[in-house]
Amino acid sequence: MTMEIIISGFGGQGVVSSGIILAHAGLTEDKNVTFFPSYGAEMRGGTANCSVVISTDPVASPIVASPDVVVIMNEPSLTRFEPIVKPGGILFYNKTLIKSVPKRTDITVIPIEANAIAEELGQGRIANMVMLGALIKKTGILKVDTLKMAQRERFTKAGEDQLSLNDRALDRGYDQV
Amino acid sequence: MPERKLMYGNHAIVEGVIAAGCRFFAGYPITPQNEIPEFMSIRMNEIGGVFIQTESEIAAINMLFGAAAAGKRAMTSSSSPGISLMQEGISYIAGADIPVLVVNVIRGGPGLGNIAPAQSDYYQGTKGGGHGDYFTITLAPNSVQELYEFPKLAFELAEKYRNPALILADGLLGQMMEPVEFTQAPVDPDTLREPPYALSGCKGRERRVVRSYDLKPGKLEEMNWQRLKKYQKIQETEQRFEATACDDAELVIIAYGTCARVCDAAVRIARAKGQKIGLLRPITLWPFPNKIMSEMSKRIKNFLVVEMNMGQMIDDVKLATECRSKIHFHGRPGGGVPTPPEIYEKIKTIMGGA
Repeated sequence: MTMEIIISGFGGQGVVSSGIILAHAGLTEDKNVTFFPSYGAEMRGGTANCSVVISTDPVASPIVASPDVVVIMNEPSLTRFEPIVKPGGILFYNKTLIKSVPKRTDITVIPIEANAIAEELGQGRIANMVMLGALIKKTGILKVDTLKMAQRERFTKAGEDQLSLNDRALDRGYDQV
Repeated sequence: MPERKLMYGNHAIVEGVIAAGCRFFAGYPITPQNEIPEFMSIRMNEIGGVFIQTESEIAAINMLFGAAAAGKRAMTSSSSPGISLMQEGISYIAGADIPVLVVNVIRGGPGLGNIAPAQSDYYQGTKGGGHGDYFTITLAPNSVQELYEFPKLAFELAEKYRNPALILADGLLGQMMEPVEFTQAPVDPDTLREPPYALSGCKGRERRVVRSYDLKPGKLEEMNWQRLKKYQKIQETEQRFEATACDDAELVIIAYGTCARVCDAAVRIARAKGQKIGLLRPITLWPFPNKIMSEMSKRIKNFLVVEMNMGQMIDDVKLATECRSKIHFHGRPGGGVPTPPEIYEKIKTIMGGA
């Protein structure tokens, strides 16, 4: 089993953190993982994205050309990544911020009100956690408890209030699909 | 399963260097290797080592020369333009037969280039790099695990042959994260023996001199012939490579570093479709693994060289295979990174016309 994932959005939407949390959770469940972020100039202004590969086999290429799963946080990312999703793949998109509707019919499209749910929980910036919750429920790739552990490994300086809010965002996302 | 930790490639280099007993780092910032000096500044401080952010790359390489001439394990890291600035120093160090470790996390060039991953410094890293007649021992890791493991190997080879060693990585390897198993037993620098050239204070012993020249007529020629013997020994004994699925292969891809990872994926695509494709990954770029290539060329009719440049290693492959095989090339210069389907398309073209 190999799953190739691309997560994309504006810088500041927690795209890189999401990728690291996924990779970390994959490792915790004894899978092989790679994580590769866009870095440098691309982070400023435009979209930030990262590629995560989670596999039961050793990972050959960290470069993902046609992902099984994409997580789209903003409009420009939809334009860029919808066309390259593998046929039969899954596209999650942040319906709160994206007005366009994905057109592909050969993939599963899952709209998530990520920002609306995050705001409801009291914090727009945890929309990425909502998306991750939905992703792991739909794909079955990892356990939600492992992600909860992984986000604690990632946000070492965050207080318990923030961490449990993140947990709730993961749960809310999980319940969306 | 032993404990594995998710790490950035650049951070793994730092842990590998420290595990190898190196306690001296001097360097100057440049993307995409900035996480090396950043993390090094934290780790060296924790373990009582030396971290210096120098005023320039030229200062860094010369400080390295000094620390290594004093008999200590010393390293620096940079990316392409910074490594160019260091070449004079590397040449001096090679001329003085002093072991050091230099890490190049390659970015797109020439000139200022860009910060994307590249392999465009292959010539520089395998043909000496600076002025004069010399080579560096050049290793090409292809995973975060190897970025952690190769510094120790590099120091050991550098010291065995009293020669600078170079690790050629690229922006992708430096910026990516992968699990690392901490396989290295940490070397205690105090247990390393003082080398015979070490400028450690000559009180009570004969003075030692470290220099890259001797002005007596004919002496430099003699020194260089002497050094050639060392290079021949390295070429004879230190060629390293990894061969995957080559035994029954009709086409063998030759690629190192990031390209080897991408090509590994392409080989899996091809194998799943029943095509007999293999992958030969040079681990030492100098000495180039020409023995295995020469041997393979007696059987393999087609080789495909894949590099993130305009075609540099292809020269060495042609020399190693002695015109027996057809050498195809797929390159991505200027910061381009190939994808597995892209390589697979190239495989199909070659096999279709082979």
